[in-house]
Amino acid sequence: MNQSNCKGSMSTASSSTNWKANDVVPDQFPAGLRVLVVDDDPTCLVILEKMLRTCLYEVTKCNRAEVALSMLRENKNGFDIVISDVHMPDMDGFKLLEHIGLEMDLPVIMMSADDGKQVVMKGVTHGACDYLIKPVRIEALKNIWQHVVRKKKNEWKDLEQSGSVEEGDRQQKLSEDVDYSSSANEGNWKNSKKRKDEEEETEERDDTSTLKKPRVVWSVELHQQFVAAVNQLGIDKAVPKKILELMNVPGLTRENVASHLQKYRLYLRRLSGVSQHQGMNNSFMSPQDATFGAMSSLNGLDLQTLSVTGQLPAQSLATLQAAGLGRSTTKSGIPMPLVDQRNLFSFENPKLRFGEGQQQQMSSNKPMNLLHGIPTTMEPKQLASLHQSAQSIGSMNMQVNTHGGQGSSLLMQMAQPQSRGQILNESTSSHGPRLPSSIGQPIMTNGIAGGVIGRNGIGDNSRGTGYNQVPPSSSMLSFPMNHTTELAGNSFPLGSSPGISNVTSKGPFQEEGNSEMKGSAGFISSYDIFNDLNQHQHKSHDWELQNVGLHFDASQNANPIQGNLDVSPSVLVHQGYSSSQRSGQNRNASAVGRAMFSGVECVEQGNMQNFSPHLNNLLVDNSIRVKAETIPDANSQTTLFTEHFGQDDLMSALLKQQQGGIGTAETDFDLDGYSMDNIPV
Amino acid sequence: MDRNHLKRQVDFMKRSFLDQGYLDEQFIQLEELQDDDNPNFVEEIVTLFFNDSARLLQNIEQALVSGPIDFAKLDNYMHQFKGSSSSIGAKRVKDECTRFKEYCTAGNAEGCFRTFVQVKQEHATLRTKLETYFQLARQAGPPGTSRGQVR
Repeated sequence: MNQSNCKGSMSTASSSTNWKANDVVPDQFPAGLRVLVVDDDPTCLVILEKMLRTCLYEVTKCNRAEVALSMLRENKNGFDIVISDVHMPDMDGFKLLEHIGLEMDLPVIMMSADDGKQVVMKGVTHGACDYLIKPVRIEALKNIWQHVVRKKKNEWKDLEQSGSVEEGDRQQKLSEDVDYSSSANEGNWKNSKKRKDEEEETEERDDTSTLKKPRVVWSVELHQQFVAAVNQLGIDKAVPKKILELMNVPGLTRENVASHLQKYRLYLRRLSGVSQHQGMNNSFMSPQDATFGAMSSLNGLDLQTLSVTGQLPAQSLATLQAAGLGRSTTKSGIPMPLVDQRNLFSFENPKLRFGEGQQQQMSSNKPMNLLHGIPTTMEPKQLASLHQSAQSIGSMNMQVNTHGGQGSSLLMQMAQPQSRGQILNESTSSHGPRLPSSIGQPIMTNGIAGGVIGRNGIGDNSRGTGYNQVPPSSSMLSFPMNHTTELAGNSFPLGSSPGISNVTSKGPFQEEGNSEMKGSAGFISSYDIFNDLNQHQHKSHDWELQNVGLHFDASQNANPIQGNLDVSPSVLVHQGYSSSQRSGQNRNASAVGRAMFSGVECVEQGNMQNFSPHLNNLLVDNSIRVKAETIPDANSQTTLFTEHFGQDDLMSALLKQQQGGIGTAETDFDLDGYSMDNIPV
Repeated sequence: MDRNHLKRQVDFMKRSFLDQGYLDEQFIQLEELQDDDNPNFVEEIVTLFFNDSARLLQNIEQALVSGPIDFAKLDNYMHQFKGSSSSIGAKRVKDECTRFKEYCTAGNAEGCFRTFVQVKQEHATLRTKLETYFQLARQAGPPGTSRGQVR
């Protein structure tokens, strides 16, 4: 199996120590895996410790659940996986499991001498990633690392949504290669369910009212269903209740749909051009970065909260706005340039892009973009992160808008969705230096969110923190709107050109989006590439997502993007093509840029940030390229811009497109019937 | 050689434990964990078990004799004890525990009492056997080595 792959992608998430996602010596993995084992029985505890040590894991033993919990809280990233007994005197093992899942989101394995079906089922419903029957054999412990990898992968995948799915598969395959036969749960069962898990989760959730973690995994299919339902209802009229009815997915709750819808709206908004702003904002302002970072954190917090509650959108939006507003002041310095940056990415803003600022933007943007479109696969946490990024982005946008003024509306819009996406990005960025690519990403992500974003998300999905980028991409794919892809990508440029009639581009982009989306899909595969890149780039955990799939050869600097492009030439090209076809070069450029960004972003987000310099180059390259192509006309820019509109806009645009009304670009941002009010116009 | 002879004896003893069901595969697992860093790992674990299990048995005994029987609590205690026993591979003890739990679930106090006696007995028997075993093992030296007597 490709441990290295797994490692790369996953490791970032967990603890940075032993295994770094991307480039760490994969070969060592799973050695050094940090395990916390909790059991009140001293004999068992010592035996387990010895067994785990024999497996070359780093073991910490604990005989009280409370102590274990405080250890985990104190050192959030100090452990990769937890093994806990079910029956403990001071706290029920399942309770501990819930706590850990909510607070730290680490994989938890339950153990018990009790092998009754009920208990095992309880473990499943409470979110345990495995259940071991005592006496535990060392063989069962040898493969526990798979749960860590899988979790990361899934998180990453969630971010990417559809895009990452492929990669996720890939990753999963890797893990699957491993011999997982462990414990009661047969590893195979787990693995084979990977993808299905997402759907199943929804169902499971319903099954047990006690299920604590109602994480709806928005798989590609689910998301597609969602989008179909939304389209059917009309974005304006798409209310969660109706969507839920239309989707008719057992186990899916209204809240799930509502939060997903919000993300989707943000995504669309982002696509319409907000993304650009955000990206730009980020990059521009170094101080912004801080802000963003702050924002990200804010967002992150929000997101987390959201994730927990599953209601990101509202909060994130609020936060975003607040953040954005708050930020705007700080950012003001760059507002305009940011915008440009955004455009740069998408179009050709050479200037901003490459700066660090860009990175920032990118980072921030990225997240947003990703999220918007793709909330589906993101698990609450991831969503949260996405939101965060989105928020951050949003804030960024806000700022940008503030400054720019011009595109403010657009930006705002974009900001909103973007913020979402950005936030995601932000989150991610906050994690690490966002790569300039992030800028590109935002665009990409946002617009692409539909498709591209997902892709980007992949890169960015560094752990979930902001990473939603990856998923977004995925969602992009699934997103109905292929348009989104384009939009996402395009969004950026839109943002940059204040006042640009983003809208206009919508139409064409949308179409492109479609084609791009397809490309995106292809792109997603390219994520792998990016992820790889990411992986190489050791990103902060947040970006694990990126790492996972994207091997963004950011390191290559030279053409990371290009590289990406190469990677997924078909994808990128496709996108580019589609774009070009539609709007001429601009589109392509943007598309390509987007694609690239996606890839880049993805990679970059996680890695990019780390590699920022590289990425910047990459982005720059990409952007340049994009620009070259797109810049030809001012229109293109606008179009690009329009793409950036906020995802919502884009989405609406896309939707319209789908519905046959593509031309709307300009204003179909009324995506949110729901409440995308966050967009500070 | 003396040591080899002793080693063979140790192996033989272990084999018989396995055959007679006193111990199961888990015990072998523990032995496999033993290495140069922990040459007496198994013995340490077994000692730890017997010390800890004495406490658990006490709890169960208390629950049985004092006042109306709380089957849920009994079941809980026994569950712990069972888990502990199974972790060192104490098969017979574990089987008795299982029986005990069945009676507990059925609310059969009489059955619980009787079975508990069996549990304690198996527990004591195993303890003696293993003590002998480890003594012999110590004399024989680490398995597979022809070092001088370890102890």
